[in-house]
Amino acid sequence: MTSPLLAVRNLTVDFGDHPAVRGVDLEVHRGETLGLVGESGSGKSVTALAVLGLLPAAGRIGGSVQLDGRELVGLPAKQLAGIRGRRIAMVFQDPLSAFTPVYRIGDQIAEAVRVHQPVSRDAARRRAADLLDLVGIPDPKRALDAYPHEFSGGMRQRAMIAMAVANDPDILLADEPTTALDVTIQAQVLDVLRTAQRETGAALVLVSHDLGVIAGSADRVAVMYAGRIVETAPVDELFTAPRHPYTLGLIGAVPRLDGRGGPLVPIPGRPPAAGELRGPGCPFADRCPLVEDRCRTAEPPLTGGGTHPAGGGTHLAACLRADHLAATRPAPAEVYPVPEVPAADAAPREEREPVLAVSGLTRSFPRYRGTLLRRRIGETFAVDGVDLDIRRGETLGLVGESGSGKSTTLYEILKLAAPQGGRIELLGQDTAALDRAAAHRLRARVQIVFQDPAASLDPRMPVGDVIAEPLLAQRVPAADARRRIPELLRQVGLDPAHADRYPHEFSGGQRQRISIARALAVRPDLLVLDEPVSALDVSVQAGVLNLLQQLKAELGLAYLFVSHDLSVVRHLADRVAVMYLGRTVETGTVERVFAEPRHPYTRALLAAVPLPDPAAERARPRLLLAGDPPSPAERHLGCPFRSRCPVHAALAPEQRTRCATELPPATPAAPGVDHTAACHFPDGGRPPLGHAGTDPACPPPRRG
Amino acid sequence: MSAETMEQTVAGERAPVGRVRLAAGRLAGSRGALTGVVVLALLFLLAFVGPYLTPWDYATPDYTALRQPPSGQHWFGTNGLGQDVFAQTVRGLQKSLVIGLLVAVLSTGLASLVGACAGYFGGWTDRVLTFLVDLMLIFPAFLVIAVISPRLRGSGWIAFVVLLAVFNWMITARVIRSMTRSLREREFVAAARFMGVAPFRIIWRHILPNVSSFLIIDATITVGGAVMSEAALSYFGFGVRPPDVSLGTLLAAGAGDAPVFPWLFYFAAGLLVLFVLAVNLVGDGLRDALDPTAAPGRRARKTANSSRRSTS
Repeated sequence: MTSPLLAVRNLTVDFGDHPAVRGVDLEVHRGETLGLVGESGSGKSVTALAVLGLLPAAGRIGGSVQLDGRELVGLPAKQLAGIRGRRIAMVFQDPLSAFTPVYRIGDQIAEAVRVHQPVSRDAARRRAADLLDLVGIPDPKRALDAYPHEFSGGMRQRAMIAMAVANDPDILLADEPTTALDVTIQAQVLDVLRTAQRETGAALVLVSHDLGVIAGSADRVAVMYAGRIVETAPVDELFTAPRHPYTLGLIGAVPRLDGRGGPLVPIPGRPPAAGELRGPGCPFADRCPLVEDRCRTAEPPLTGGGTHPAGGGTHLAACLRADHLAATRPAPAEVYPVPEVPAADAAPREEREPVLAVSGLTRSFPRYRGTLLRRRIGETFAVDGVDLDIRRGETLGLVGESGSGKSTTLYEILKLAAPQGGRIELLGQDTAALDRAAAHRLRARVQIVFQDPAASLDPRMPVGDVIAEPLLAQRVPAADARRRIPELLRQVGLDPAHADRYPHEFSGGQRQRISIARALAVRPDLLVLDEPVSALDVSVQAGVLNLLQQLKAELGLAYLFVSHDLSVVRHLADRVAVMYLGRTVETGTVERVFAEPRHPYTRALLAAVPLPDPAAERARPRLLLAGDPPSPAERHLGCPFRSRCPVHAALAPEQRTRCATELPPATPAAPGVDHTAACHFPDGGRPPLGHAGTDPACPPPRRG
Repeated sequence: MSAETMEQTVAGERAPVGRVRLAAGRLAGSRGALTGVVVLALLFLLAFVGPYLTPWDYATPDYTALRQPPSGQHWFGTNGLGQDVFAQTVRGLQKSLVIGLLVAVLSTGLASLVGACAGYFGGWTDRVLTFLVDLMLIFPAFLVIAVISPRLRGSGWIAFVVLLAVFNWMITARVIRSMTRSLREREFVAAARFMGVAPFRIIWRHILPNVSSFLIIDATITVGGAVMSEAALSYFGFGVRPPDVSLGTLLAAGAGDAPVFPWLFYFAAGLLVLFVLAVNLVGDGLRDALDPTAAPGRRARKTANSSRRSTS
């Protein structure tokens, strides 16, 4: 094999006494894609930054980083600056803060060119336009003069990639490049990254916490845990035959779009925080189901497990039990203890009483201009026709990209007041007709769990008081409320003795459990879950999802589960409603919607979700949605999706006018079937039913 | 913590204590706060028992001893009129302790009520209250007090305390208002709203504890400020009038003589410094007790860290 382009040897980074990276070895070869996976605090971003010498001043770096045989660690800043951007370029996570807001995009890209190449201003500008064209920004000449805030998140990330490849770097470092983006935009950006890599022949180091993204893009994968690489292997091998129990656990903990049923495999405990000090031995030992006494004495080295030559020396794992795993190839559930999730009550849907019925809900916000003389300049139609229906003991997944009006819908429901338009019926009561006392009583039967457990718990309140609060609000005597606290904490898997601790003393997963305990305190009928697991690490998320499933079965709860993550919805929900631009465009049972999506938007959404399985990911037809969602500030005549719709693009002109003039109503797939779509030409314009799969009648998607 | 020990704690179940008891416990555990409380208690004791310890009255002069340094007869010496400085100081301490603490509590209470209401409710409530605050700010407080206080002569020092408090809360209220506005967007306040917690309860349970650090610091500063502004007003003949005294008037009178007759100034000054220091110690302790991330909480966090692994 040729010598590696980038060779990292025994890299260490520590901040004061806190080691963030503890001896990382990496090799990147020309033209390959290396995926670096790990949970928060595992040291993956610090590793990427250390390669570029971009660490904050407090960080001390040790070991060696060689680019084509040239040592980068300890290189003077000036020489390092000549390498950054020229030979190694970086794509950052947050495209909003990666551009200077006061300069035009074109100038910033041209600047990146001129820093490293002696070209004229005009030539640099032409190059910038070419680059924007390469990353698929429409009308690149005009885009040059745009300011960063005029670009959407996806566009900014594309421009960021354009800037990174401006000097044909040898290595592209992408640090969570799609984490801040929606799935359809994520698919676009990953595609652009691949294009950019192909055009420049650069090696790509893709840092991500998302196994799906890694599976679809990487050639080789390195898994990081507690500041070290615990396993590295070619992508297919890593996913089919992981040799480190942590990798195995991660794979089992991810809910999958293409599989369903049964509990997920949670890894017990929590990932260590960045720089947390540990005793000797394997850092994963405390969470590992295969732990033996010898694991606790010394940290195992990253080795190739001599007895199994299958990997050919490319599959390394830092585990004493690696040979055992390589030989037996167990499924995650065979290694990790999987909690029993009792089956939910299975009465037919029609016999269960409705918990929430929303029809035609609308909510718009006026927009004003001017501070002194405020005048109304228009309206933002945040919610513009939402229909939901939840029965007892049922989970409805509400899916949509950011800005689709999911959160506004929730807040409208929880306001328990007359909506601006439409009708909300909660437990058989019309919210428009409620008086104050009735609304207050109803509050006890609907509770909410927020996305960010750090923000939704009062930092100044001990968790016992936090959990008792809804009870007190319902005028339960304080002594009775206090007595229920231990029981509630135990119900969500926490130690009742921790009731007089404050929220900051708990980890993210535990805080989310506290939120759930608070919501359950008043024994509600409906739990509204607003992205309850999206702020959590994968291994912790699995535990919370299992808990939700278990509580639902035990208490007969109904969930309104809002998420942008379709895999989670697929795993947890019974029915699903897809929102686009403030409207529900498709509803139905999870089985039907995920197997035979009827609305072209749903199809695109499903196709955009990366699968944590490299073989399946490669075999899937790719369906990229062009552009960004249009602004909700204007009301669209006809179908709001038609500007991005692949079906619309393939229609005959006379059919197109129908999309442009008529708002498609929600129509069921067949009489009596629980599956509606708001599209004039569902199923790609062909007769519904009688076919399966995602085989698109849509035109072949634009690839790169 | 292992699974077995967890089971044991479950077996020996008790209802968890609430926030007030927790904070009180933390306050009691803070050495600074305890020192402050003890010093304050001693000062009160001195102020209210002191007059009975000395045969001299604060007003009656002893013509045999003019400007005498401290001695066995006059413990703190005498002033130019022959009045006993010890009797005057404890009398002044009585006034200043009560004025300082009451003004601080009243003005901070008023500020937090108005500020939190304006910030939390927004809309018209906000506009009216902010207008009121601005109006009060542009009134020259000193002049208004000067105009009003002669009419209140009959009602004594309580009216004077109220006056001082009423002209001291506006800036604090504005700060509280803006802090509340950012707090009410936080999810835990939204969560409380969706649970049906009443607005004033939300302010009391969620908003005020989260701005308490600022409120406490503000109140401790106000204590010292109130004593001094009372002195300034008394100097112009409002508030405490001769022959009655306060620490402020004693300081104002003794400041000029301090280099020559130090006992006229330093006893009063020392007691005032002690008073403000004690209040600050109590305030710091209270702030740390209410803020779980503050130093005393760190020990607890470490134990939480080590036991976190037992659950997810």
